[in-house]
Amino acid sequence: MTTVARRARGATSGAGRLAAALLSPTFIVLGLVVGYPLVAALRESVFREGTDLDESGFVVEGSRFVGLDNYTAIFAGESAARFWNAFGNTTLFTVITVALEVVIGVAMALVMHHAIRWRGVVRAGILVPWAVPTAVSALLWRWIFQADGVANAVIGQQVLWTTEGWQAKFAVILADVWKTAPFVGLLVLAGLQIIPNDVYEAARVDGASPWRQFWRITLPLVKPALLVAVLFRVLDALRMFDLPFVLIGSRKESVETLSMVAFDEASSLRFGPAAAYATILFVYVAVTALVFVRLLGADVIGAARERARK
Amino acid sequence: MTATRPRATLPRKVLTFAGLGLILVYCLAPFYWMAVSAFRRPSDQFELTALPSPFSLDNLTAVFSPGVGFGRSLLNSLVVAGTTTVLTLVIGVSAAYALARLRFRFKNAVAALIIATSMFPGISLLVPLLALFTDIGWINTYQSMIVPSLSFALPLAVWNLTAFFRQMPEELEQAAMIDGCTRGQAFRKVILPLAAPGIFTTAIITFIAAWNEFIIALSMVNDSTMQTATVAISRFTGAYGFDQPFGTQMAAGVIVTVPLVVVVLLFQRRIIAGLTAGGVK
Amino acid sequence: MGVRTTAARATAALGVAVLLASCGSGGDQGGEQPGGALEGRGEVTFATGKDTSGNMQKLVDEWNASHANEQVRIIELPESADAQRQQMVQNAQVKSDAYTILNLDVVWTAEFAANRWVVELPASQFDLDKFLQPAVKTAQYRDKLYAVPVYSDGGLLYYRKDLLDAAGLKPPKTWAELTTACQAVKATQPAIGCYAGQFEKYEGLTVNFDEAVHSAGGDVVDSSGKPVVDSPEAKAGLDALVTGFQQGIIPQKAITYKEEEGRRAFQAGELLFHRQWPYQWNLAGKTDGSSQVAGKFDVAPLPGLNGPGSSTLGGHNFAISAFGKNKATALDFIKFFTSESAQRSNLLATSQAPTLASLYDDAELIKQFPYLPTLKESILSAKPRPQAVRYGDVTQAIQEAAYAALTGEKPSDVALKDLQSKLQELLK
Repeated sequence: MTTVARRARGATSGAGRLAAALLSPTFIVLGLVVGYPLVAALRESVFREGTDLDESGFVVEGSRFVGLDNYTAIFAGESAARFWNAFGNTTLFTVITVALEVVIGVAMALVMHHAIRWRGVVRAGILVPWAVPTAVSALLWRWIFQADGVANAVIGQQVLWTTEGWQAKFAVILADVWKTAPFVGLLVLAGLQIIPNDVYEAARVDGASPWRQFWRITLPLVKPALLVAVLFRVLDALRMFDLPFVLIGSRKESVETLSMVAFDEASSLRFGPAAAYATILFVYVAVTALVFVRLLGADVIGAARERARK
Repeated sequence: MTATRPRATLPRKVLTFAGLGLILVYCLAPFYWMAVSAFRRPSDQFELTALPSPFSLDNLTAVFSPGVGFGRSLLNSLVVAGTTTVLTLVIGVSAAYALARLRFRFKNAVAALIIATSMFPGISLLVPLLALFTDIGWINTYQSMIVPSLSFALPLAVWNLTAFFRQMPEELEQAAMIDGCTRGQAFRKVILPLAAPGIFTTAIITFIAAWNEFIIALSMVNDSTMQTATVAISRFTGAYGFDQPFGTQMAAGVIVTVPLVVVVLLFQRRIIAGLTAGGVK
Repeated sequence: MGVRTTAARATAALGVAVLLASCGSGGDQGGEQPGGALEGRGEVTFATGKDTSGNMQKLVDEWNASHANEQVRIIELPESADAQRQQMVQNAQVKSDAYTILNLDVVWTAEFAANRWVVELPASQFDLDKFLQPAVKTAQYRDKLYAVPVYSDGGLLYYRKDLLDAAGLKPPKTWAELTTACQAVKATQPAIGCYAGQFEKYEGLTVNFDEAVHSAGGDVVDSSGKPVVDSPEAKAGLDALVTGFQQGIIPQKAITYKEEEGRRAFQAGELLFHRQWPYQWNLAGKTDGSSQVAGKFDVAPLPGLNGPGSSTLGGHNFAISAFGKNKATALDFIKFFTSESAQRSNLLATSQAPTLASLYDDAELIKQFPYLPTLKESILSAKPRPQAVRYGDVTQAIQEAAYAALTGEKPSDVALKDLQSKLQELLK
């Protein structure tokens, strides 16, 4: 079918109304539990709580409007160093973990896809890391990585994993990749399963090598599913919080992420600055997502249009 | 048409089996350590032997000791995660259908807005949400856990399902409509069955994400009969002061993980088979 | 835009929120002024961390049996102290009446009082003279009572009696004696680590740092609350730990120790001396094979630079939330829970240190808990951590400085100078 025909059919006002009806439940839910708190948080970020004490020792209640002061304060003095360190950690963790997860996840999916027997068992098996509650798995890894833990027993050396340094970053990356590579694997496998068989048959008749088949056929066809998986992994990794918090600990320079800074500020009752950190992280995530979509064509809508034109 | 496997030659078979083995070792080795720790005696908790010796059920018994109410919290988790999954699929499928198949203005903006809700750090949304739910009297209710869980499950579900629906050839649907089906029927009878692997995967991911949610469930509910399993785990304590109940926590981790995997194992073939049966061969 | 209330927040955003908020009852009803009368009888809730032994529930059941119209319900918070505080702060922020009685760590009193999250309590209604005085101090803010001490805690020096006896030594009173004892024992036991405390970067490090400073005659803040940590005494205290690490008296891996890691090492026989809370006594004494040192250890007061050192005070106090209902019932319940009989049953069930002085001299109890006299000595000479409204910032500053010095990132005098200027800013 041609793109023209599709446009002609879809551009009716009926489609618009139907779309509105179909989309409104999503927007009501998201408006209530994300939209409202998000607006509240944005508003919070231009206020600052009083920290002064009155003469009898009580905190002077109320907060005052400070404009963008909470934002500019982040980039000044000591907090700038903290911010850029957290920014660096966040970016580093995201790039490395997502890259590893994609490679491992796609490999998992391909192997499972080719397996005739045992596929169900393995597919259920790879759910295990993903299914262990994050809080429990962070504890598990802390136990594995502690001074007398099994990690040191296996490598036969005493590495102090939870102290500052590269070993702490390594521990976080390993634990995160373990937990979330299956997520990528599952989504890619589902994408593979709906590629029609005849596409492969045609390729085989053409005498394409398996490697070539993978790059020329499998990867482009599974691209929409893979890109959605990667996009959401990026969003999650940029907001990483529990794992470094439980595994290594708070206020450790080597692993402090932006989410952890925001949390730490809030628990010190500096809600305004905390909201400002959260907003900056939000902007960073949004920009990353946008760049990602532009560079890799991850928008599902565009990807499908190309296919239709082919 | 769900199966797209190349002909299996012997080396390929060996390779595949080696691959499967590798995957399982990768995924299960740390979990094995968790299980081993769960079956040690609490007093041997800190040993490094590969097998628990002596084997002990003390940690498991501790998880289900009467004061804890862990069974009840498992049930709560099931209600919350199950409802979340069903609602996410229903709401998500309709939104995804609109994005995948209908032409309307601002479609890209709508898609972008939906995903943008996954971009704010979750912990920063907590306090405004708690204020809201306190005001509307939702504290200690299932909906106070389900609705926020929907919020993080929905964007992924919508985008994911949109991608899958897009992959379906539109010709199939049109053929069905020419045969006299309405748009809704064509979608139900042709697209849904074909997209079954994608829907099933989305369901699993949503269910697990909701099952593992912690901070919202912790903040919105203070009545122990309404608490979910992850919250119950955080409340396990050792016998004295700083004594951390590591073994009990690991045992609870095993208990919340294994049934999930078993259920997926049992259901996956049946569900996929069931959904696919209605589709085109 | 000045004072903001929950209602203002709710109306600020979406239409849907406005609609919903107008149906709500709001959480503002419980906001009586602190210091006002504690009125209202009826059901109350009791938000607490660990009920390790189930004894808390037992005491609550006992109360409920005789107070049909004033039932108490326990709300168990997560195991970790940070998560407990987070939940309490969150509920205070939204002025929720979900929690009536709060089980507060001793270091939270100032923050909760100054923010008006807890109400002032009538000191005259409690027999405060009978309590351990250092514990009472932790429940006060600016000389007014905001909480009642229920559990106390003090550090003890656990030592391997068998090894010291074999070397003909007595438990050390000073750090120099500790080092000498260590060398003497190492002559026959080269593999043993000499000393460990809690040195991971968390609240335990603040406790251990404060102890080192106090035990060397220094102070973190003086009696008027001014920071004085940039002193030769404080440096001597911190240096004792730093050189301990450098000379291998403290094993390298102790930098990752919280309470449990250290306990594990002590129970595995890896440590000669261990700074720890009383809870280790029962666990290390178990004869089911989990402890290699059962029957081979004893406790002594912490050593110091020139004589016995002084411990940092730990423990928990009960307070009444400013936003809770039925405060009169809450007050009665706290009286009940801090009574001698309740504290005795708690000690027997949980081995948590009581706050009533008389229980430490009870012959019956001493038979069961032989460390009680040592513990009493430890608590009576114990020093509190700095009382600060922004305690979270203060303890983080201390942890930064101490951790940097212990890991060799900063020389101890630089770390202390930085800490001094940071504390001056925080405590001004």
